[in-house]
Amino acid sequence: MSDISYIDRSGEAQFGDFVALLKPRVMSLVVFTAFVGLVVAPMPVHPFVAFTAILFIALGGGASGALNMWYDADIDRLMRRTANRPIPAGRVSEGEALGFGLALAGISCVMLALASNIFAGAFLAFTIFFYVMVYTVWLKRRTPQNIVIGGAAGAFPPMIGWAVATGGISLESVAMFMIIFLWTPPHFWSLALFMKDDYSNAGVPMLTVTHGRRATRTQILIYALILAPVAVGAAFTSIGGPVYLAASLVLNALFIRGAWRLWRRDEDVALAEKYSAEKRYFYFSLLYLFGHFSALLVEKGLGIFGMGGW
Amino acid sequence: MPITQTHELHQRRFSRNLGLGAVLLAFVVLVFGLTVVKVNRGGMMEAYDHQPRASVLPVAPEAKQ
Repeated sequence: MSDISYIDRSGEAQFGDFVALLKPRVMSLVVFTAFVGLVVAPMPVHPFVAFTAILFIALGGGASGALNMWYDADIDRLMRRTANRPIPAGRVSEGEALGFGLALAGISCVMLALASNIFAGAFLAFTIFFYVMVYTVWLKRRTPQNIVIGGAAGAFPPMIGWAVATGGISLESVAMFMIIFLWTPPHFWSLALFMKDDYSNAGVPMLTVTHGRRATRTQILIYALILAPVAVGAAFTSIGGPVYLAASLVLNALFIRGAWRLWRRDEDVALAEKYSAEKRYFYFSLLYLFGHFSALLVEKGLGIFGMGGW
Repeated sequence: MPITQTHELHQRRFSRNLGLGAVLLAFVVLVFGLTVVKVNRGGMMEAYDHQPRASVLPVAPEAKQ
């Protein structure tokens, strides 16, 4: 049997390695935003159907993570941050990851379509296609705009959640999409500012490498400024309300202030301080997104008592 | 041919097999639960089958009572 070849391999794949292929930390964001998208939609969804739908949206996100790791194994080996992923570490073979990812992608789309509706299933399939083919294969290694386009893939989950409940797309789901879409560039570029060696070693055209760190700081500020009116504007759709508006105003003011400070910062000072402000901004950006989507949940929750919305 | 000797390999694979078993079991439970929910809510269980038939016609409002 061909299994002989596996016996001598030092690190054999454990169950946890296959879980790691699904990028669980990215998955947690997918679960949260898809959940919010599903809950804030006007149509009620049976709790068990909602649970199943979110599970398979998460699994679809995990499948695209596995396919991304399959394709990017060569550059993951070169970056400190990713060198310990299952494929570069030699615990899972590339073929296993490819098969695993494809199988999960198929299962998750079919099951989501069966559990909710065909549109949601097709939307999930499109998202996986977009993340794997458009972002990973096509754009990631070609253009410094990779993060901007890739952000779209990460922004689809709340739209899928909304589609599970309503079977379609509407202004509110596009607003949730736009918040994540415009939030992704400042989020990742602030990461790139303090992870600077990694991306250049791997030859990924990160904005910090191609256009310099000064330009990256400018772009972070520009995106923070474009994001603010969109995020605040979502307060005036049917899913928004006073609580969301207040939260959004505060979070956006802080987000722009942070971007402004990063923009004013001198590179030498940043280096001397070990990029403390850049790191803080990165972690604050997570809080920013969490805060917005939590505020949408609060509006929905208050709505049950007749207090949410306008 | 039964496996008569256990190898250290089998122990290492045990956790993986156990995990896969748990996942498959969870999947069965999930599909069953979904079936129960869908049947209980009495949605449209039959799709159009290229042949008109009474059961796929919309229910008349007076018949819903």
